[in-house]
Amino acid sequence: MGRLCRPFFIMTRKSHRVLPGFGLSLGYALVYLSLLVLIPLGGLIAKSAQLSWPQFWEIATTARAFAAYKVTFGCALLAAIVNGVFGLIVAWVLVRYEFPGKKLVDAFVDLPFALPTAVAGITLTTLYANTGWVGQFLEPLGFKVAFRPAGIVVALIFIGIPFVVRTVQPVIEDIEQEVEEAAASLGATRWQTFRRVLFPALFPALLTGFTLAFARGVGEYGSVIFIAGNMPMISEITPLLIISKLEQYDLPGATVLAVVMLVISFVLLLSINLLQWWAAKRHSGRHIDAGVQA
Amino acid sequence: MHKTLKLAFATAALLSLVASAQAQQKDILNVSYDVARDVFKDYNPRFIAAWKAKTGETLEVKQSHGGSSKQVRAVADGLEADVVTMNQPTDVSFLAEKGLLAADWNKKFPNNASPYTSAMVFIVRKGNPKGFKDWSDLVKPGVTITIPHPKNTGNGRNTYLAAWGWALRQPGGNDKTAAAYVGAFLKNVPAFAPGGRDATTNFIQRGQGDLLITFESEAELIAREFGRGNFDVVYPSQTLQTEFPVAVVDKVVDKRGTRKQAQAYLEYLWSKDGQENAAQNYLRPVDAEVLKKYAAQFPSIKTFTVEEVFGSWDKAFNAHFKDGGSFDQVYQSK
Repeated sequence: MGRLCRPFFIMTRKSHRVLPGFGLSLGYALVYLSLLVLIPLGGLIAKSAQLSWPQFWEIATTARAFAAYKVTFGCALLAAIVNGVFGLIVAWVLVRYEFPGKKLVDAFVDLPFALPTAVAGITLTTLYANTGWVGQFLEPLGFKVAFRPAGIVVALIFIGIPFVVRTVQPVIEDIEQEVEEAAASLGATRWQTFRRVLFPALFPALLTGFTLAFARGVGEYGSVIFIAGNMPMISEITPLLIISKLEQYDLPGATVLAVVMLVISFVLLLSINLLQWWAAKRHSGRHIDAGVQA
Repeated sequence: MHKTLKLAFATAALLSLVASAQAQQKDILNVSYDVARDVFKDYNPRFIAAWKAKTGETLEVKQSHGGSSKQVRAVADGLEADVVTMNQPTDVSFLAEKGLLAADWNKKFPNNASPYTSAMVFIVRKGNPKGFKDWSDLVKPGVTITIPHPKNTGNGRNTYLAAWGWALRQPGGNDKTAAAYVGAFLKNVPAFAPGGRDATTNFIQRGQGDLLITFESEAELIAREFGRGNFDVVYPSQTLQTEFPVAVVDKVVDKRGTRKQAQAYLEYLWSKDGQENAAQNYLRPVDAEVLKKYAAQFPSIKTFTVEEVFGSWDKAFNAHFKDGGSFDQVYQSK
């Protein structure tokens, strides 16, 4: 249906639009984005520009800053990968299976969105400390979670899971079960059905969820600092280093680290977007149920 | 239509009346550090009553609490604080640097502008099972210490300077031996809590570490919060005396016309009433008489100040906590 409408829409776009107020809403959107996103980011870059380039470079490349970038991006990536796998499973279960209390479980998924991150951090620390409910069983097995980089990953998995579930869920809802039946009747094994039929349709949404969870993890501060242990060179995240600079009243130094994070994040997000675009194109080129394209 | 107009006029008249009444009722804002809530919750009614008795004026005191460095940054950015009451002199100096108050702010009130003090003490598990007596016991192998981040928190900075100062004041102590001691000390710290209160939670509720180092005043709060039977307080042979500097924010009081009230508000901290309030909140009063009265809760201890050992807070800050300072050197060399 949507596809049928498109040529008609394209033909009439130049003369007049279906909905009025395009100019107004475009202007509004641009002003809104500028006030809330572009101007603060511009201010950030302007502040860091107070420093000369060698000064900037020196602050951005200290051993401690490098260690912090590694911890921040490494833990966020790991957490996003875990969320990608388990978030997909959760979303699948929530769409395809009926069980008592399903609505309740569905609502639980959103809790990490709503919970203040500091509360999450404090709770997770209490659970995973070697005296906590979970930690006391992990410690004899040789897993120490709280006050270690592993703790950071746990916190980031917690705050990131709804991003994956909520982006993948509607796409799974759109894939009709008949598609799987059709694949089976054409002789596909279960694995083939998943890999060649379902996964390509899910992949763009999964990637979006992964990206959101990753981006959220990179910037996360509130929940991480309680569980991280905050040891320099080991479990110190970049946002903590930024706070540390602020505690020294060193605003330009703090903006340097912020700009570095911004640039790395932007490059990573852009490349993920390109990957997504490529995957979507490749997928739609194969003509497997184009209707499920998000 | 006529009716609504009348109503509008009446409302406007009423509003202006309220506004003028509000203009007459003075208020001042005290911007303070995080855990000072209880102290000023008790102090404000005492001062308001005394001020009313003296001048007949009803004064309102508003409070703002938060991490101390964030609080002074807010003041520098335009939060209209008539007075600041902090737990680190560097925070007040920062406001002087920004031109909000005079550079010699710590000469404007007695005792370096600190109406009460505290000291860094050890909190150990009940019965002191590892037998901690002094700073030298903390660097033994197998000991784990719980402290907040020395670079990012006031509590942690005071602990760090206390350890450094103790080592410096030992026979034959110098910067090298102090650095070696603090290096060994930090090896026994497996994690840095993001704030003073979180270090306390880690130690008391999550059972992390053999001992916690914190303010003497905080120990009493822990006792009230978590019960007295869970831990003991150990006073080392000597330790750092910590200050709680206060200052009138010149730029704000001149603009708002509240200098008289703000000055009186801080001066009253040195009155017998103000000193009693401090003692009741387990902060050591500077008034010898009041201190004597509360001697039971303040055992006599040997202390040193940051000025005595490091010259000044600014010097201590630059040498130890600035990027590349002694704290960073311990971790960069790893």
